[in-house]
Amino acid sequence: MSSGIFYEWFLPGVWITIQVTVYSAALAGLVAFVVGIARTHRLWIVRFVSGTYFEIFRGTSALVFMLWMAFAFPLMFGWQFVPMYAGVLALGLTYGAYGSEIVRGSLQSVSAAQREAGIALSFTRGQRLRRIELPQAWPEMVPPFNNLLIELLKGTALVSVISVADMTFAAGLSRLATNESAPAYVLLLFSYFVIAFVLTRIMRAVERKAKAGIGQGGGGKGRFRGLLALKLSPEGEMRQAKTGTAGGQG
Amino acid sequence: MPSENTPSPAGTPAESTETRAAGAELIRFERVSKRFGDNVVLDNLEFSVDAGKHVTLIGPSGSGKTTILRLLMTLLKPDEGEIVVDGDHLFHERRGDKLVPAGERHVREVRKKIGMVFQQFNLFPNMRVLRNITEAPVHVLGMPKDEAEQRARELLDLVGLTEHMDKYPVQLSGGQQQRVAIARALAMRPQVLLLDEVTSALDPELVAGVLDVLRDIAHTTDITMLCVTHEMGFARDISDTVLMFNEGRVIESGSPEKMFNDPDNERTREFLSAVL
Repeated sequence: MSSGIFYEWFLPGVWITIQVTVYSAALAGLVAFVVGIARTHRLWIVRFVSGTYFEIFRGTSALVFMLWMAFAFPLMFGWQFVPMYAGVLALGLTYGAYGSEIVRGSLQSVSAAQREAGIALSFTRGQRLRRIELPQAWPEMVPPFNNLLIELLKGTALVSVISVADMTFAAGLSRLATNESAPAYVLLLFSYFVIAFVLTRIMRAVERKAKAGIGQGGGGKGRFRGLLALKLSPEGEMRQAKTGTAGGQG
Repeated sequence: MPSENTPSPAGTPAESTETRAAGAELIRFERVSKRFGDNVVLDNLEFSVDAGKHVTLIGPSGSGKTTILRLLMTLLKPDEGEIVVDGDHLFHERRGDKLVPAGERHVREVRKKIGMVFQQFNLFPNMRVLRNITEAPVHVLGMPKDEAEQRARELLDLVGLTEHMDKYPVQLSGGQQQRVAIARALAMRPQVLLLDEVTSALDPELVAGVLDVLRDIAHTTDITMLCVTHEMGFARDISDTVLMFNEGRVIESGSPEKMFNDPDNERTREFLSAVL
């Protein structure tokens, strides 16, 4: 890669990739929570609409959707997205659908006993969700969200096909300009890896914080650390979660 | 409530602004039936509990005792019949002069009068002990946070856990968790406290601490208690009335002295000789 392309295209491309990742992740996160919570709603119509959204976006290709947004949408509606936002929308809506499955699953893993305790204290449905169920589901969500975030980062390479000048686009440009693919693509692979690694580190920190928020993990209180390590083997937690349900009808 | 009311000698009606005079009927089951599939758990059940009384439900497992508590807490709905709490229907409300199935809001209002302690404690693991107790008073009753915390401290003092208020539930023993759960239920100032086999999940050495707290509450407050337990000694200590259940019906009821020493019903006799 020539230094001209590196400075003029690749480095700005890295910044574009980061921007697309951050914006799409924000949108995906929003969609994941809204759709995921809607999919646990008590009204069937809400579950139906959100479930339909999930099925549609899971079943279509993010790339095709992006192409549609960039090239078909303007013809159909006479209005054009800035290419980067067409990409962000396509990625955010698609990965948001995947994320909704994580949110739904984690909410359902909160034991029925917790819901009952909330009812017994007269919390409203909304209060139970916000104060009891979501905070407990959150630590469950973080590791799969991390996976999804890495997938999303790598998925941002798709925006290069709708001529958003991200780092993949810059590598392609370098290939065309210099006829040398190897160095450009090695650099590209390495760059994705570095960004993914940084994201994983960040998400690990988020995970630790989330666990500390429900009294798990080694955070803070040093004198309980040994005690916790003994009491909180994974099996122990599972057992607690299982026996936590409601106790039959003696 | 424990810290406010002077102990009321047995037989003297204790009045407060919140509960009706002792003696008035507080809970009434009207021909309540509940089935799970083909299994009839409650069969046209009728019984009532007067305010301030401590009633213990005993009987073999599967006889519907826990179902009664869960119906009262609206965790289950009856298939037939109605439950009346402090004059209000639990599952129906009055619109004009008609009774219609109760909306969420009505159910919530009525169940504010009822508190429950569960077999498995069910503390909120995402909140420290103090917040477990203050969360509902603040967000459900709209109590100012200072007042709720002040009250939570008093309750923690009552159950002997003041020094643990900044811990997470997972950092406490089962017995401690259950005592927090008792404090949490009392923080809502319920008229009725439902106790669902509250010591069954505890290691034997932790049972006494929890029962002591409950005895204390039973003897020093005018709260109405409905208690499902296998701790017959405890039942004898605190109960005004013991109800013996079998196959979804009350087959015998009476004072603990009568029930434990000289029951009339053969099935009661059999059951008690097996558990005592």
